[in-house]
Amino acid sequence: MTRFLAIASCEMRILRRNRWLFMATLIMVLFALALTFAGSAPTGALGVDMLTISVASMTTLSVYLAPLLALMISFDAIAGDADRGSLALLLSYPASRGEVLLGKFAAHLAALAFAMIVGFGAAGAVAAWFGGAGTDSLIALGRLIATSILLGGVFLTLGYLMSALSKSATSAAGMSAGLWVIFVVLFDLGLLGAVVADDGGMFTKKIFPWVMVANPADAFRVWNMAASDGVALASGMTSAAKALPVWAAPLSLMIWPFLGFAAARGVFARIEP
Amino acid sequence: MTDKALEISQVFKKRGATPVLQDVTLNVATGERVALLGHNGAGKSTLIKSVLGLTPIHGGSIRVSDAKPGSGKARRLTSFLPEAISFHPALTGREQLTLFAQLSGEKPDIAALLERVGLADALDRRIGTYSKGMRQRLGLAQVLLGKPAVALLDEPTSGLDPISRQDLYEIIDELAGQGTAVLIASHALTEVEARTDRIAIMRKGRVVADDTLAGLSRRAGLQTKIRIRASHNADLIARHIGGQRINGASVEIACDVGDKMAALRQITSLGGEVEDIEITPPGLEDLYRHYAQEIRQ
Repeated sequence: MTRFLAIASCEMRILRRNRWLFMATLIMVLFALALTFAGSAPTGALGVDMLTISVASMTTLSVYLAPLLALMISFDAIAGDADRGSLALLLSYPASRGEVLLGKFAAHLAALAFAMIVGFGAAGAVAAWFGGAGTDSLIALGRLIATSILLGGVFLTLGYLMSALSKSATSAAGMSAGLWVIFVVLFDLGLLGAVVADDGGMFTKKIFPWVMVANPADAFRVWNMAASDGVALASGMTSAAKALPVWAAPLSLMIWPFLGFAAARGVFARIEP
Repeated sequence: MTDKALEISQVFKKRGATPVLQDVTLNVATGERVALLGHNGAGKSTLIKSVLGLTPIHGGSIRVSDAKPGSGKARRLTSFLPEAISFHPALTGREQLTLFAQLSGEKPDIAALLERVGLADALDRRIGTYSKGMRQRLGLAQVLLGKPAVALLDEPTSGLDPISRQDLYEIIDELAGQGTAVLIASHALTEVEARTDRIAIMRKGRVVADDTLAGLSRRAGLQTKIRIRASHNADLIARHIGGQRINGASVEIACDVGDKMAALRQITSLGGEVEDIEITPPGLEDLYRHYAQEIRQ
């Protein structure tokens, strides 16, 4: 127990010292503020408060940014130590591989959470101050922050998986970039193509929503949209979300971190440093 | 139960279809210092990783103080210095060592430990600013954490300057003095092997020799080399005492250790013909070459 905390606190120190924590927080704050101000125009037309619009814009942002930031920290987690030759030494100490991975995960997730809370929190505060906020929109903001952290957590574990699968930190970085493109961009494009080809048939009605929600990035989007009418209205993404039971997206997003962690742990176990 | 801190018996390991360790038997007793020599790829590092439980073996057995390699007990009792060690550049030496101490459940005096390896000044500097030798010293400091039953040092002299090497020998002696079984793997011959109690030589995954330095010399039956420099006529000397001309002015003969004095008397009888002589007894280098290169058994 104390061993995983020792690794976590050491990782946290590294994130603070190499400015990763500062840069990630800065990126989140800047993007969230920019979107909040840029997206404040349609408030009157839709009849919702500014914070709601802001949350809708930030949800779209987070789908791209949360996985990216998560992969940026996690790709190096195992391959980096292996590159430096310190992995064999670390594993010769009485900490199990599960403890090592869990320690890193705890630190990385805490760092992501900090960046998300400060970034979205600052933007939310600005939106609420200038354009007003209701209970609904505050809950939506809270949900956005929580789900963004969860989405980041999914991609942290997927980054560890890439890190364990690759021989060097460089190839882990490449594989993580590929992973990001597939999950965040290509997957949706592929589904879109399938829906167009299917032309409103069986696939579009029954299968498509499930395939979509199986992707953690889309599950994140669906969860945020479906849970708040205002946000869904502002983003125009209602029909797909309506076809699914309410538990589908949260379940997908909550299962993924465990799947990812188990897969990474499994591959890590086979590494001979 | 036994004073063998490390017992390796008849270990077999293959990588794919190729055997990388074959019938490896090697014991290191409490407080004993054993050098493990061999070329790159002879299986030294693989053997060390097997002892650490980082890679599986396919036959035979390894016991670390009667514990299975890789088990919690074995890990607590073993310390390891990897070859060409490096650490995360953003941490300081003190922080890195603190992490290792926490992982092993020890509460040592970190500052004293770093001073012991000569890093007192660099204590709170980032490892990124350390030289290769300093990183090696930091690696050595973590070996000294706690009181390990077995210390495995993989190429500990690489990157060290002569003074640091002197410190390294002292630290190895200190470890052995407190009862640690020390196994030092090396592909280069340095004085460190001469300062060990026993020398094991590996070749292509097998242990081809395991004896004291004196025992190895005796068994190898190596010859002493005598090089004679002629004052003007090297051919004359070669005719009189045999041997081989190696250049215009010198002749080299090789003789068994027992025949050395007879050869010397013969050489001095030549009087003024001999300008100078140079005697080289068989060294570690020759021993190593003998055991590591010759096809035996």
